[in-house]
Amino acid sequence: MQTFLQQVINGLSLGSIYALLALGYTMVYGIIKLINFAHGDIYMIGAFWGYYVINTYHVNFFVALISAMIISALLGMLIEVLAYRPLRHSPRITALITAIGVSYFLENGMSFLFGADTRDFPQAVAQHNYHVLGITVSNIQVLILVTAVVLMIGLQLIVQKTKMGTAMRAVAVDPEAAALVGIDPNHIISFTFGLGSALAGAAGVLIGLYYNSIDPLMGMTPGIKAFVAAVVGGIGSIPGAAIGGFVIGLLETGVQAIGLSAYKDAAVYIVLIVILVILPSGLLGKNVKEKV
Amino acid sequence: MATKWKAALCWLALAAAGFGLINVLIGVGVIDTFIENMLVTIGINIILATGLNLIIGFSGQFSLGHAGFMALGAYATAIITSAMPTVGGFYLSVAVGIAIAMVVAVIIGIPTLRLRGDYLAIATMGAAEIIRVILNNLKITNGAAGMFNIPALAGWPTVYVMVCLTTLMIVNFARSRAGRAIQAIREDEIAAEASGIDPTKWKLAAFVMGAATAAIGGSLDAVYIQTIAPGNFGIMNSIAILIIVVLGGVGSMTGTFMAAAVLGVLDTVLQSFGALRMVIYALALIAIMVFKPSGLLGRYEVSIRAWLDRKGVNNAASNSNRAE
Repeated sequence: MQTFLQQVINGLSLGSIYALLALGYTMVYGIIKLINFAHGDIYMIGAFWGYYVINTYHVNFFVALISAMIISALLGMLIEVLAYRPLRHSPRITALITAIGVSYFLENGMSFLFGADTRDFPQAVAQHNYHVLGITVSNIQVLILVTAVVLMIGLQLIVQKTKMGTAMRAVAVDPEAAALVGIDPNHIISFTFGLGSALAGAAGVLIGLYYNSIDPLMGMTPGIKAFVAAVVGGIGSIPGAAIGGFVIGLLETGVQAIGLSAYKDAAVYIVLIVILVILPSGLLGKNVKEKV
Repeated sequence: MATKWKAALCWLALAAAGFGLINVLIGVGVIDTFIENMLVTIGINIILATGLNLIIGFSGQFSLGHAGFMALGAYATAIITSAMPTVGGFYLSVAVGIAIAMVVAVIIGIPTLRLRGDYLAIATMGAAEIIRVILNNLKITNGAAGMFNIPALAGWPTVYVMVCLTTLMIVNFARSRAGRAIQAIREDEIAAEASGIDPTKWKLAAFVMGAATAAIGGSLDAVYIQTIAPGNFGIMNSIAILIIVVLGGVGSMTGTFMAAAVLGVLDTVLQSFGALRMVIYALALIAIMVFKPSGLLGRYEVSIRAWLDRKGVNNAASNSNRAE
C-alpha cells in the first residue's frame, strides 16, 4: 500500500509535467489542426532560460518560472508568425514538416550555441522530504503539483471566462464564422501559441528542478509522450489533456515500479493504441460524425 | 508495337544505361567510395520513401511508423546472415524480412487503419515504437547494443537493382486496379465505398505493400552499413523518410526520387560544416516548405508513355495534315 501510494505521488509529479505540455499540444491542435512538433523544444528553451537566470542573476524560483513563461510565450508566438503563418492554407502535412524543421532548428541551434552536454540545473529550492503515512514526499514534488494545478485552473479560467478565451473557442469551432463576427483569427492563433508555450516553459523549469539535469535534446521524448497524452485525453479538449497527462505519468511510474522499466515506453503506446481503437477520439474528445 | 511496350523498353534501357554509367564512372575514378556511399544511401532512401509515398500519397493514410518495418527487415537479415553468411542467405533473409513485415503490417493495420489522419499517424508511430522497444529487449537481437559484423553481402549493384525492382513493383501497383481503388479511397472514402470498393481491404493492401518495401530497405541497410541498433529505427528515422516524401511532393514517385537525391547530396555537402550541419538542414527544410508547400514536384510524374502518346498524337496529326 505504501509503495503504491509512493508511486502515485511520483506518477502525479511526472504526470503534471506531461499535462502542462499536453495542454499546449491540444490547444494548438484544436485551433489549427497542427501537431506542433516544436512544442517539446520550447519546453527545453524554458528549462535553459531558468538555468540561465538562476545561475547568472541568482533570482528566486518564482521569478525564474514567470520569466521562463514569458520568454517561451514570445518564442512560441515568433515561431508561429515566421514558420506556420505562411502555411495557413497549405496542406497540413506541409505544416507538420515545417514544425519538424523548427524542432530540429531549436535542438541543433541550442547544441551549436551552448554545447550538447548535459548540465546540472541549479537547486533554486532546497529539497526537504516530508514523511507522511510512511511515504516520502519532497517539497519539490508538492511545488510541481501545486504549480501545475494552479496553471491549469488559470488556463481553464482564461479559456472559459475571458473574452479572449471565448474568441479562442470560436476560432477552434469555425475560423471563418469567427472572422465574420469580428474576431481576427491570426490574433487568436498567436495568443493560443503564446499560452501553450508559456505552459511548456513552466514545465521546463519544473522538470529542471525535479530531475536536476537539462540538455538540448531533453524535449524530444517528453514532447512525444505529451502529445500521446493529449491524444489519449481527446485532442482539442483542455480537461482531456490534463487527465491524459496524469494517466501517462501514472502509467509510466507504475510500469517502472513493477520492474518492467525497459518496457515503459511500449506500455504507453499500447495504452494509446487500445484507447484509440475503443474510443477513436480519445477519453474526452468529441466524436465528429462524418456527413455525406 | 504498343506504346506500353515501347515505354517499358525505354525504362529498361534507361535503367541499364544508368547501371553502365555508374560502372564507368567508378572505373575512371570519378565516383570514389565517398560518393558511392552517398549513392547507396540515396538508393536505400528511395526504396523506403517510395513505399511510404504509396501509403501516404496514393492511399492517403498518414503512417509515421515506417522505421519499424525497416527494423524488421534489418534484423531478419542481421540474424539470418550471421548464421548463413552467403549471398543465398541474404536473399533468404530479405524474403523472411518481407514476410515478417507483411504479417506485422496486417496485425497493426487491421485495428489502426480505421483511424483517420493524425490519429492514424500517432497510432502507427506508437506501433513502430513498440517494435523498437521489443527489439531493444530481446536476446536474439542483442538488446540495445545492436548487432555488428553483419557480412557485407550487398554492394551498390544489388541496391541499384533493388531500387529498380521495388520502384517497378510500387508504380505498377499504383497504376493497377488496386492503385485506382486506393486513390478513389483517398479522394473520398464514402463515395468509394458506395461504388463497391472495400476501404479497409485496399488501405490494408497499400499499407502491407509499403511495409514490405520498407523491410527490403532495412535488409539492404543492414548488409551495407554492417551495424544496426534499435536506436537507428526510432521516430526520428520514420520522420526522416516522411520528410523525403513530403519534400518531393506527396503522391509523386518522381518527386520522391528527386527529394531523396537532393537530400542525399545536401547531407554529403553539409558534412564539412560539422555542428552547423543540422542547423542548416533544418533551415533548408523550413525554407523549402514555406516557399514550395506542395513539395518540389507536387503530383507531377515523369512518364515516357505519356510522352510517347503525345508524340504519337503529333505524328498522327502531322500525317493527317499531309494527307489533306
